[in-house]
This record gives sequence, C-alpha cells and structure tokens, in this order.
Amino acid sequence: MQGSFSHFGYLITILVMVSGLYIVMAQGNLIKKLIGLSIFQTSVYLLFIVPGKLLGATAPILSPHHALYSNPLPHVLILTAIVVGVATLALGLALVVRVREAYGSIEEDEITALENQAAGPEIHA
Amino acid sequence: MSLAQHLPALQVVLPLISAPLAVLLRHGGVAFLLVTAGAWAAFAAAVALWLQVDLLPAGGVLTYHIGNWAPPWGIEYRVDRLTSFVLVLVSGTAALVLTYGHASIEREIARASHYLYYAMFALCLAGLLGITITGDAFNVFVFLEISSLATYVLIALGRDRRALTASYRYLILGTIGATFFVIGVGFLYLLTGTLNIADMGARLRDVENPRAVLAALAFLTVGISLKLALFPLHQWLPNAYTHAPSTVTAFLAATATKVSVYVLIRFYFGVFGESLVFQRLPLPEIMLGLSLLALFAANLIAVFQDNLKRMFAYSSVGQIGYITLGLSFDSVHGLTASIVHLFNHGVAKAAIFLLIGGLVLGIGRPGAPPPVPTFKHLAGLARRMPLTCLGIVLAGLSLIGVPGTGGFISKWYLVLAAMEQRQYWLVGAILLSSLLAVAYVWRFVEAAYFRPVPGDGGVVREAPLVMLIPAWILVAASIWFGLDTSLTVGSALDAAQSLLRSGT
Repeated sequence: MQGSFSHFGYLITILVMVSGLYIVMAQGNLIKKLIGLSIFQTSVYLLFIVPGKLLGATAPILSPHHALYSNPLPHVLILTAIVVGVATLALGLALVVRVREAYGSIEEDEITALENQAAGPEIHA
Repeated sequence: MSLAQHLPALQVVLPLISAPLAVLLRHGGVAFLLVTAGAWAAFAAAVALWLQVDLLPAGGVLTYHIGNWAPPWGIEYRVDRLTSFVLVLVSGTAALVLTYGHASIEREIARASHYLYYAMFALCLAGLLGITITGDAFNVFVFLEISSLATYVLIALGRDRRALTASYRYLILGTIGATFFVIGVGFLYLLTGTLNIADMGARLRDVENPRAVLAALAFLTVGISLKLALFPLHQWLPNAYTHAPSTVTAFLAATATKVSVYVLIRFYFGVFGESLVFQRLPLPEIMLGLSLLALFAANLIAVFQDNLKRMFAYSSVGQIGYITLGLSFDSVHGLTASIVHLFNHGVAKAAIFLLIGGLVLGIGRPGAPPPVPTFKHLAGLARRMPLTCLGIVLAGLSLIGVPGTGGFISKWYLVLAAMEQRQYWLVGAILLSSLLAVAYVWRFVEAAYFRPVPGDGGVVREAPLVMLIPAWILVAASIWFGLDTSLTVGSALDAAQSLLRSGT
C-alpha cells in the first residue's frame, strides 16, 4: 500500500537539495547565493529526519499507551545542524554587508570587474 | 581520576575555553597571553598523549568516553598513532604561530579587533583538534564547521578588500563541502544505524546495498576534497591564502588542509575499508589523475605568479597533489608517503609563510597599510634581510625535495610506492614536477640574491627576533626531519600498517 508514496520524502529531499545547489551556482547576487545555500542545507535536515519518522509512532516518551516510538537521535543531530546553518547564514550576510561597504555592489560580475581593475598592489580598502 | 586520564578531552577543551574568555575580556594583550597559553597547553597535551600511545602495544588505541556514555551511543574520542601525530602537528604549529604573531598582527589587523582575532584563532584550533581526535562522524561535521566558520572570519580580517570576497567565496564552497560531507554521513547512518566511525566500519561489511554505500562514498569524497583543495576543487585556496593576514595563512597552510586529508584517510581506510573503496570504483585512477593534474598545473601556475603569497599558495595546491598521489597507491609505502608529506609539507609551508609575514613587516613603512609582497620588493633583499631570505630558501629546498630535507623523505617513499607497482613513468612524473618547484624557488633566489638593491629601496629592517625564532624553529625542523626520520617515518609506517590491516 505504501508503494508509490514510500519514497515521497526522499523525492522532496532530492528536489530541495538540487534546487538549492542550482541557485548557489546560477545566481550572481551574493544574497541570492546565500538563500540557495540555506535551501541546500535544509535538504540535509529532511534527509536525516524523514527516515527517523515511523508511521503511527509517537515521540520517544515512555508511556503505557504506546509501543512504537520514533528515533530521537536524528532530531537531535539536526538541531545541531540547524544551529550550524544559522551561524553560517549570519556570517555570510555579515560578509555581504562588508563587501557592499567596500565595493558598493553585491553583484558578483560587478565585483569581479572592480577586482580586476584594481588588481594593482597599491589598492587597499 | 587523574589528570592524565582526561587528556583527550583537555586537548580540545583548553583552546575552546580560551576563545569565549578572550571575547569577554575584550583586551588584545590579555587575549594574546590567554590564547597562546591555551595553545601551548594543547601542545603539551598532544605530546603527553603521544607518550601515552607509545606505551600501548603496536596499533593500540586510547579511547575516552565523553560524559561516561559508552560508545557506540555516546561520543568517543579515539587516539591512535596517526591521531596523535596530527594532533602534535596542529597544536605545535598553532603554538609557534601564536607566539610569533604578536608583532605581525599589530601591523596587519586593526587594534580594535585584536581580541576577536585571538578568539577566532582559538576556535579554529579547537575545531581542528576536535576533528582529529573525535571518533564520531557527526561530531567531525560539527568541529569541521566550528573551524571553518572561524577560518572565514580570520581570512576576512585581511586589510585588503579582496580578503572579503575571498572569505565569501570560501564560505560558499566550504559550506557546500561540509554539507556534502554531512549528506555522506547521513547515508552511512541510514545504512548502519550508528555514528561511531569504528562501529560504522564494522557494520558496513554486512550491508547488502552497495549502491547506497557508493553514494555515501561519492558525497564524502567530493565534500572532503573541497576542504582539502584537491585540484580542481582548489578555487577558494589561492585568494584566501593571498589576502588573509600572514599568521592566518601560515596556520591554515600547515593545518587546515592537512586535517582534511586526515579525515579522508580515516573514512577511506577506517569506514569503507580498502575492499570497497579501491576495488568497486576506479577511485585510485581518479585520484591518480587529479593528483598529477595538481602536480603539474598548480606548480606551473605558481611559477608565473608575481605575488609571493599567491605563488606559495599555488605551490600548496601542487604539494597536496603529492599527498593524494600517495593515497592512490593503496599500499603501505604510499600511505606512509602521504602521512610523512602531510607533516613535512605542513612544517615547511608554515615556515615560509611566517617568514613572508616578517618580510611584509620589514618592507612596509610605519603607519602605511601592509604592502603586498611582490617580486618588485624582493630585489636585493637578501643583503638587508639575510635571515628571512635564507630561511625561505632552506624551506623551499624542502618543497623541491632536495636530499637532506623533509621533502626528500616523502618523495623517496612516493617513488618507492610507484616502483613497487611497477609504474616507472610515475617516478619520472614526480621528478619532473619537482623541477617546477625548482623553478619557482629559483625565481625567489634570483630576485633576492642576485638583483641589485634598487636606489629608492627605502628603509628595510630585518624582522624582529620574536618572529624569526619561531619561523626558524620550523625551518630547522624541516631540515631535521630530512636527516633523522625515526619520528616521522617510524610513526607513519606504524600508522599506515595498522590502517591497512584494519581495512581488510
């Protein structure tokens, strides 16, 4: 009965993963790249949590009414991964602010052009 | 409960604690003392662990259960010969670089952010030590991100605005690499139900679905290769090394990529075992191809650089090629060459980047932003900064692999491994690529020793002793380990043998 739907979670995971990675590579805007990076990291949360959830199972709190429990470990791991993701995003955004102050732009092609122009050793921000 | 029992935990905790303390105290000088003391304490712990491992029978492992939770449920710290070898390298380099760094940091980083620099340095060190010592796959990811996030900040502290874009690009690629790594770990966790690396390896043998294992292997390989800058995934490295402050470059060049190589070795030989990694996929051939590309392409690019730091950054990409080349042989001698080169190259490159830091200080004018060291500045410099230039040349000899230096020993074992497999053309390739290293080291010699001093050279002073002594300790080490190999080769052979045994 589970047949066609049993891999639904994985399909969503892969879809999120690939679209996140695509955005990171295809976008030239530094903020949009970070959005893509966040989406890509989110797919990992799904990758860990989806298999940890069993149909009809409850949270792993011992009770006489339930016999089937979900595995709590993936949730704990992903809690850590979420913290890491937030820290990365915050640092990335802080860097973008500094890049905008230094170059006056957050478009990758414009920044590259400025860098090549000012490649001389005497240029300092 | 004696202190000696808790050394594995102290190894990571001591530098980790110094980071928030440095932030709370908000004073550059105090932070310097605190973090440097933390790094020396970590070095002492690493040496003590080394001695403890020495007491164990060959191939013995020291384990430490965090919070007394028994593995595989709790997090386990495992110290064997290879682990303690890398711990000594990382903590020793950190202690020397920090001791050296005070004068260089004064010039290269704004005074207001000194305490943040030291806090980030301590976090980066704690992360790298944690990656090395932990026996838990997810813990590796967490420490990897701790060290990486600290590294991005350290690189962004460079005065040049291009340091910001270099740091941003490294953040994007580094995060993709770490996420690939954690996807690989996720697959392994789904297959085996454990996160303990040793346990994972044992359970993986009974897994019947080779396709999922191969997917895990592919994700892990690409993710770690991004972090260790395997050609052509090295794009982030040259800019990051060029624009970061000198001390940061020296520390990263000696440790960050080396620890990634260590993680790769751990997963290849400890988890996947040689049967799967080296027989079901043409992975050795891929590794061999990419390593050769790194040797020739990166070294060739290095020859044509004008910026001294960028030249040695590309040389790092090339030297990593030797390390991965050793891995691709899948033999005791090949693995020994990788482990020895990991150490010898780390020592030589740290020495070079530290001396370049002194050079930047020497040619700079007080009050002006630190200059970018190019070949223009080098003309006749050997007469005015003799110790700095001689040190760079001596460490450069180790990069080339001249007999009597550490680099020769690693290349000797690479050649041995190639001969064992009757791949004589590889011997030629290794020698030919060394000639490229001769070319870029000679460019330095030619400029520094044979060009006349320019008329408007300005005032150039030799670097202060506090910078020269740590750098020269590393230079002396790169010569010493070429003459007396009992420490490096002895322990690398030991480690290689036990790694290959556990894989079968």
